[in-house]
Amino acid sequence: MAVENLQSVPQRESFLNNLQRVLRENLREYGMYIALFAIMLIFTITTNGTFISPRNLSNLLNQTGYIGVLAVGMTLVIVIRHIDLSVGFLAGFLGAVAAIALSSWGLPVYLVIPLVLVLGTVAGLVTAFPVAQLGIPSFVASLAGWLIYRGFLQQVTEGTGTIIITDTTFNAIGNAFIPDIPGFGIFPEVHKLTLLLGITAIGLFIANEINDRRKKIAYNFDVLSIEIMVLKLVFVSIVIGGITWVLANYNGISWTVVIMLAVVAVYHFMTTQTVLGRQIYAVGGNPDAAELSGISVKRTIYLVFASMGALSALSGILFASRLTSASTTAGTLFELDAIAAAYVGGVSAAGGVGRVTGSIIGALVMTSLINGMNLMGVGISYQYIVRGAVLAAAVIFDVYTRRVRR
Amino acid sequence: MNTPLLEMRSISKTFPGVKALNDVSFRVAQGEIHCLVGENGAGKSTLMKILSGVYPHGDYTGDILFGGEIQRFQNISDSKRVGIAIIYQELALIPEMTVYENIFLGNEIRKGALIDWNETIVRANEMLKTVRLSVNPSTKIKDLGVGKQQLVEIAKALSRDIKLLILDEPTAALNEDDSENLLELLRGLRNQGVTCIMISHKLREVIAIADSVTVLRDGQTICTLDAHQGEVSEQVLIKHMVGRAIDNIYPPRTAHEFGDVVLEVKDWSAYSPALGRAVLRNIDFHVRRGEIVGFAGLMGSGRTELALSIFGNSTGYQITGDLFVKGQKRTFAQPRQAIDAGIAYVTEDRKGNGLILIQDVKENITLANLRAIARQSVIDVNAEIKVANEYKTSLNIKTPSVEQRVGNLSGGNQQKVALGKWLFVQPDVLILDEPTRGIDVGAKYEIYTFMNRLVEQGMSIIMISSELPEILGMSDRVYIVSGGRLAGELAIADATQEKIMQLATS
Repeated sequence: MAVENLQSVPQRESFLNNLQRVLRENLREYGMYIALFAIMLIFTITTNGTFISPRNLSNLLNQTGYIGVLAVGMTLVIVIRHIDLSVGFLAGFLGAVAAIALSSWGLPVYLVIPLVLVLGTVAGLVTAFPVAQLGIPSFVASLAGWLIYRGFLQQVTEGTGTIIITDTTFNAIGNAFIPDIPGFGIFPEVHKLTLLLGITAIGLFIANEINDRRKKIAYNFDVLSIEIMVLKLVFVSIVIGGITWVLANYNGISWTVVIMLAVVAVYHFMTTQTVLGRQIYAVGGNPDAAELSGISVKRTIYLVFASMGALSALSGILFASRLTSASTTAGTLFELDAIAAAYVGGVSAAGGVGRVTGSIIGALVMTSLINGMNLMGVGISYQYIVRGAVLAAAVIFDVYTRRVRR
Repeated sequence: MNTPLLEMRSISKTFPGVKALNDVSFRVAQGEIHCLVGENGAGKSTLMKILSGVYPHGDYTGDILFGGEIQRFQNISDSKRVGIAIIYQELALIPEMTVYENIFLGNEIRKGALIDWNETIVRANEMLKTVRLSVNPSTKIKDLGVGKQQLVEIAKALSRDIKLLILDEPTAALNEDDSENLLELLRGLRNQGVTCIMISHKLREVIAIADSVTVLRDGQTICTLDAHQGEVSEQVLIKHMVGRAIDNIYPPRTAHEFGDVVLEVKDWSAYSPALGRAVLRNIDFHVRRGEIVGFAGLMGSGRTELALSIFGNSTGYQITGDLFVKGQKRTFAQPRQAIDAGIAYVTEDRKGNGLILIQDVKENITLANLRAIARQSVIDVNAEIKVANEYKTSLNIKTPSVEQRVGNLSGGNQQKVALGKWLFVQPDVLILDEPTRGIDVGAKYEIYTFMNRLVEQGMSIIMISSELPEILGMSDRVYIVSGGRLAGELAIADATQEKIMQLATS
């Protein structure tokens, strides 16, 4: 829960010592951000700045979208000590359903998207049924789903092969950017709405932190020292501001990023601030204790798998929209990419541990690796090896820091 | 005294923020049973982990001399090699494996590259004879009771050539018979020359078996007493352990009238589909407001099953019979409904199904009543910290902060967290299943004091306990359970240990 490990700070502690201590105590938390920063820095250098160019950064974020939303859902599945292997082909299949509904049935996009999301939710509940009701291991139940959805996908795309989507609204989700504020002559080269959103985000973040601090002080709880607090605010503001500025200099924020951020925001809030989130982590931490505390483990399994199904549908929509088509192989290996992202982001297979923000950073790390190595012209075989090594390193670091803190 | 088998000299060990051991010295003579006592958190387990190499050399300061030589254990195999075996409170057996596989696990008898199973079984039989356990060595561990598992664990230790056997609360989970057996076995081993260190909270056992006793308190050695000089008595030990004399280990309760019946069970039977047999048969009992009702019986007599079947039946029994809460007939399909009806259940196994060890104190305390700290399903973390701090103070939970992981606390403090969690739901009936198992005298006394305060405020308590003195010291009335049936009911004035045991074994 606690983002920072707040301990009472002796008055005489110097600023640097204080900073060192806060960093050390939160090494695991900050480690991922540092790793992402390092990876981005390395690629920026090796590609002579191409990596950090507005165009590429925008592209990178869009690439992260469909794995990112899966990783968010997968985080919760792993937190409750389960796994869902069916999500990749489910996403592929539901993407194809969306394509058929738009192209062959001629349904309007505003109907297709909710329809596909509902189908995804139902699919999640179907996977959850044998797991919750009969105690079948989710690995097996979702492996069955993996096969079945793969079959479904081939079935619906068999006749036509790749299904082209012509609906511009649908295709905009994966390819277009949010509109700019019209009418201003100033900064013609900059995307002003993006800038405005970035500034709002910084403002909200600062206001939230200050408000939180004030409440903590009112309750007489320990808080970060004022210098560290300012440093944190400045650092986060620079990062958000920097990314916003780079994007604003290109086409602005894409719809994919908006959707991804919205999913992360909703799930982050749900996991950290609500009763439901607490219940999910309790079930992951000790299912027997959770059950005896009046939390229905079955209900939690259904909810988490339903959310996973809905996010698979969303992932399918993002992917189909990005390619403006549905293909026979759509969704292949998405599930493993999402699982890898979640592990890089610090979830624990033992259950009860993991944050959605971590997983989205994990997804960014993995996508950055692909993107950066592609720019460098590294062969695909080496790319897999490097990604595997990074996954292993991340998990080892995670386990190590966990042990040290104990 | 000639050279001791083991000498630990000025051992100090620091955990982040805590000095667990401070200049502890500890000597164990050859061929004695040496008991190590102290409150939870006194440093007993830490000391034994250093001795067995769990905390490697360099992680602590001070010297370990074993057999007259300085030892620098890097890991457990180093300590095993010189003949030290440790048996933890939580048994380290593999449930799905047989007795003989477990005994020789990690120490397999080989014939060339293969395991010689026939020889293994023969040897296992010998080991079982040594520990006086008559089971078929092909039995799976999961099919044995806890007492027998404990003996298998000792057989496993003895299968190696050991000089020093360390037992961490070996009788914590055993009933009186099994405990007595175990102590008898230890005496036998002593006569065969095995030196033994036993950590125990059960002072009567310590007095019964120890040749010498070392008391630790707050990470320091307080004293070592020689039992053969007549220095050791319950009073003396308690005085050293807590630094004060506790004249009466059961605090007095101001006499008060009992109110109406708050919980009543009639003709209550339960059938377990998983076990394929009835676990409870035709049980009738009631509890009045402000009453502490003791449930005595042997391990496995059905007391925990009774509690679970009332508390929302999470184990999925098929139940017949009637349950009345405050006069209303109720059926609970899940624990939530029982909690909402005003019943709370503190489990006997706080680590297994009581607490979430990887979460912190505050998250555990509020878990069963999240609604109370949430507005529209959004948790107010500050309110949560405040609530947790209130329980930390009122229950005297020793933790640096409520954001400490529960897994890092000592047993007694974990139990207080579990108690705090269930007090926060503000129940009418509090079911305590073995409320003081494996916790020290000081924490026990505190828990008894809370129980008294709670019933004086009008709560009702059902206390399941295998410790007869506790049943007699705390209850207003006693039910005795045996073989899934109610074997009897005794008013506290009529109850004696003998009568209860007689009913419990009927």
